[in-house]
Amino acid sequence: MENTHTCEFASAPINAGLQPADKVLLLREMIRIRRFEQAALKSYQGGKMGGFLHLYIGQESVAVGTCSLMGHDDHVITAYRDHGHALAVGMNMNECMAELFGKATGCSKGKGGSMHFFAPDKNYWGGHGIVGGQTPLGLGLAYGVKYKGLKGSAMCFMGDGAVNQGCFYESLNMASLWNLPVIYIIENNGYSMGTSLARSSVYPSCLAERAAGFGIEWDTLNGEDVYEVRAKVQVAMERAHNESRPTVLEISTYRYYGHSVADAKHKIYRSEDEIERYKQLHDPIQLFKSRLIEEQVLTEEQYDVIDNAARQEADDSVRFAEESPIPSEESITEDVYFEVDRQTLAGRTGRHFFND
Amino acid sequence: MPEITYREALRHAMAEEIERDQNVVLLGEEVAEYDGAYKVTEGLWKRFGDKRVADTPISEAAFIGMGIGASMLGLRPVMELMFWSFSTVAWDQIVNNAGMVRYMSGGLINCPIVIRGPANGGTNVGATHSHTPENWIANVPGLKVVCPATAYDAKGLLKSAIRDNDPVMFMENTLLYGEKWEVPDEEYLIPLGVADVKREGTDVSLIAHGRAALTALKAAELLAAEHDISAEVLDLRSIRPLDEDAILKTVRKTHRVVLIEENKPFCGVDAQIAAMIQEKCFDDLDAPVLRLSAIDAPAIYSPELEKRQLPRPIDIVAKVLSICR
Ligand SMILES: Cc1ncc(C[n+]2csc(CCOP(=O)(O)OP(=O)(O)O)c2C)c(N)n1
Ligand SMILES: [Mg+2]
Repeated sequence: MENTHTCEFASAPINAGLQPADKVLLLREMIRIRRFEQAALKSYQGGKMGGFLHLYIGQESVAVGTCSLMGHDDHVITAYRDHGHALAVGMNMNECMAELFGKATGCSKGKGGSMHFFAPDKNYWGGHGIVGGQTPLGLGLAYGVKYKGLKGSAMCFMGDGAVNQGCFYESLNMASLWNLPVIYIIENNGYSMGTSLARSSVYPSCLAERAAGFGIEWDTLNGEDVYEVRAKVQVAMERAHNESRPTVLEISTYRYYGHSVADAKHKIYRSEDEIERYKQLHDPIQLFKSRLIEEQVLTEEQYDVIDNAARQEADDSVRFAEESPIPSEESITEDVYFEVDRQTLAGRTGRHFFND
Repeated sequence: MPEITYREALRHAMAEEIERDQNVVLLGEEVAEYDGAYKVTEGLWKRFGDKRVADTPISEAAFIGMGIGASMLGLRPVMELMFWSFSTVAWDQIVNNAGMVRYMSGGLINCPIVIRGPANGGTNVGATHSHTPENWIANVPGLKVVCPATAYDAKGLLKSAIRDNDPVMFMENTLLYGEKWEVPDEEYLIPLGVADVKREGTDVSLIAHGRAALTALKAAELLAAEHDISAEVLDLRSIRPLDEDAILKTVRKTHRVVLIEENKPFCGVDAQIAAMIQEKCFDDLDAPVLRLSAIDAPAIYSPELEKRQLPRPIDIVAKVLSICR
């Protein structure tokens, strides 16, 4: 993949209509994701959180570009590499960082962790830890939108490794058969843990092409360019809105860190050179920054202001998380059953928990 | 009171709830145009149309996952598994998505679905079609599970399950679909978590669920007729939530207990109940708590032998005699 400067997508209608401030906002959202995750990484290395931490750094343009297109009835669901999408739909850093720290102030009250962020009020349905397991749920969001007679869509994100799960193909068949407005977005970062694409999948030309077998429209796009992401995802979204038809998109992208922070081997299964080359030539933030400077909607000084603010916001979120209380012991058995939480008649009838 | 079949009772429950709430939809293999593999949904597609009753491909993971996703937006899908045995290919969706999404979202999301279908042995369809997964499900906090034994219970429980705001796994029995019971015309609901004393007695408590409750009733008749033993039969109806009060009450009344289930013994539902009884009613017991489960092997095909594999009335009688003599 060489650096192809893609001007044509800037003039796509969805981008041509962007005001300078909108463009700067897109850049700002990407920077915020990166600074948030760098702060999270530092805290993780400092022993402040448990479990896994799957960083999205390098892929920011995908979440920001796609989520910037969302209207009132467009929904998002993704896998465990979910921090970027969370911030892109408008979740704040505090609730996200606190969730990583396992604190009561976290978006899931410390019950979900890194892989399980949710914000239904922002049409964000997680955050799912089982590879491919979210693909039928994305189908269901689209079905729900259609059932209610709404003009909307469900963007269901997944990795290049997830395409080999069976439920994805069951979902593609049903999406096409039932004309559901779902957009499956394969974020192809070249690896599923330590397995390169070539070692996990057969593909004549790409993964998205598999959609053809289901009569589903598909496309591939270069994720390093946020304009291209917006332009091509917009086409799929319009197909969903106007024709209630699914789409499969494959967005090429790259993660700079290991699969998770615990992935010590990530410089063995891929070369340091490969990583560096991507960072130098394809970094979505640097590319868009240069682009906006070229377009004269941004200066270096303004960039620094935005960047510093993002760093500050991330640092503040770490402080917020550190100072937040851990969840109470009683909360362990809360949020298991709706009826019990609400103490409805159903929730007060019979025994729901079985200790002692 | 009119007598209707267990199958009709289920159908009436679904029809009433479809009419009552526009968010209720039936999804499953052959539920619509074919009228249901076991004719439970017969006539519903004709009556309510494509939008409310829809045939899915043979894709349990996709259509159950789809129902779960749609329920997050407020729909109330009732999904039929042709056999509960086939839940294994949708297990991830049921356990990890339906079961966990509320918890992992810190209570932001709930999942008002019902998954229903037969979960029983005894029909000579071999091991892959004869699983009784109520204990697997009951082990998952976040899921609920009910096992109605009669048409009356099936209707009232299914209506409650559909209105419940948590995921309810509803386990029926193909051997009961054609059996008739009295069911009133008027609407009624049976809450989840309430057991039912199906026969009063004083000497021993037979605690069971699903079809085993009917087997226990037959055993109780034999015990009365041939051994002058008065057995009380408690039908759990709902496994999770569980009616602990009713269990302890009957034990305190009779002081002797035999637990019966068509499930396998290891960590079966009755293992949980036995633990509960010894802990809370130890001093009330005049004999050890006995259990009678299916013979601990995959469901055998051989028609004559499969009858033997599931608890029979005479097996219950023998257990009772061993502690009532
Ligand atoms: C069903 C299942 N199998 C295995 C795993 C362990 N696992 C987590 S992520 C992952 C790799 C997935 O790679 P990909 O889909 O390309 O997504 P990426 O991590 O690149 O974003 C694996 C094997 C899992 N979480 N779920
Ligand atoms: Mg990948």
